[in-house]
Amino acid sequence: MIKVGNHRKIWGVAALAVALMFGILSSASADSGKTQASRVPKPHLVGEKGDKCVRPVSYMRRHHMELLMHHRDEVLHKGIRTKQYNITNCIECHASPKNNSVLGSNQNFCQGCHKYVGVKLDCFECHNPKNVKVKDIAFHPLIVPGEKPDAKPSLADTMRKKMTDAGAHQEKSGVVK
Amino acid sequence: MSDTDKSRRKFIGASAAAVAGLSIAPGVSLLQTAQARPADQAASSKNRWGLLIDSNKCSSGCDKCVTACFTSNWVKEAHGPTDSQWIRKVDLKSLSNGKSHSLPVMCQHCEHPPCVDVCPTGASFKRADGIVLVDRHICIGCRYCMMACPYKARSFVHHPLTDQNPEVPRGQGTVEACTLCDYRVDRGELPACVDACNQEGNGAMLFGDLNDPSSEIAKRVATENTTQIRADLQLNPGVRYEGI
Repeated sequence: MIKVGNHRKIWGVAALAVALMFGILSSASADSGKTQASRVPKPHLVGEKGDKCVRPVSYMRRHHMELLMHHRDEVLHKGIRTKQYNITNCIECHASPKNNSVLGSNQNFCQGCHKYVGVKLDCFECHNPKNVKVKDIAFHPLIVPGEKPDAKPSLADTMRKKMTDAGAHQEKSGVVK
Repeated sequence: MSDTDKSRRKFIGASAAAVAGLSIAPGVSLLQTAQARPADQAASSKNRWGLLIDSNKCSSGCDKCVTACFTSNWVKEAHGPTDSQWIRKVDLKSLSNGKSHSLPVMCQHCEHPPCVDVCPTGASFKRADGIVLVDRHICIGCRYCMMACPYKARSFVHHPLTDQNPEVPRGQGTVEACTLCDYRVDRGELPACVDACNQEGNGAMLFGDLNDPSSEIAKRVATENTTQIRADLQLNPGVRYEGI
């Protein structure tokens, strides 16, 4: 009885394996036939200027974070400020023409793809996601160039006033804090 | 001190002042410009960037350096007393005779920075050319460096930021301070505060390479009486003062 039972089990397993193989093959062929009509919506990204990226697209999809990570250390710690792998260079090409930014909606380049793959994007907690030219804006939009100090107290003025209002005290050494 | 020594000192002082007068033409000074480094070349320890601030030429009502710093680096929060402060004007007054001084104080870019010593993650670091910076990619916002700094030079960003200068990324939860405008220095330009002081015609701030004996700043440091704030701590700051 035991032997018969074992044989039955073996046949059963073999049949299952064959069925699974057919199943995988058939589903694979079905997949290849309908890639365009996938149930998972692909991101529709806007914002790609120029003919090609700094590296082939397939490489950039997998390794852009490594390039950025390497370059950030070069810039900050060594002061090597080449433009090629600079994040501002990325933004310059990939900012959406709609809002001039790589963030904003799921059509924007960085946000769209990161949302699709479910990876948190924290570059832009510090970096400006917009394509801003520093040379074009010599002054920050909030600060009007040529504004007379009498007309409106500067930030430093208000800060100093706050400190003195809070209670200026003189130390014995003569330092006014 | 003998009379000869005194007269020698006077002569050195006068000649140095004459040199300084020549170099600081109203508005722009040619001798102060740093040399532009190729973009692909790393900062070198051959340079040691520093500032020499002449308190005698700095008037207490002027805050052009502070405004220029905030403008160039797009520091514009207005939440209150905890806002970032990369540079501030300090007024000193002698109680005995009422003589007052004014001077800007910022990160002193120490040779032996205590902020770097205490940083638990290595975010606080000194670049090869002596500029002390925070790597905000690694900073965890513990603020130990703020406590270690004897100059109160560092600030913590408490609020979320937007619209940063693309060359000066800044963000909530990290510590920041004067960068000596590293992005401008790397291009061969002057720091924003020095630029503003020159444009104002005060010429109270001199930027240059302390390691280069032929530079204006090195010559003045070698010939004139300059002071380091809290020199007793032996941190050898790159920012030096005159007339305090």
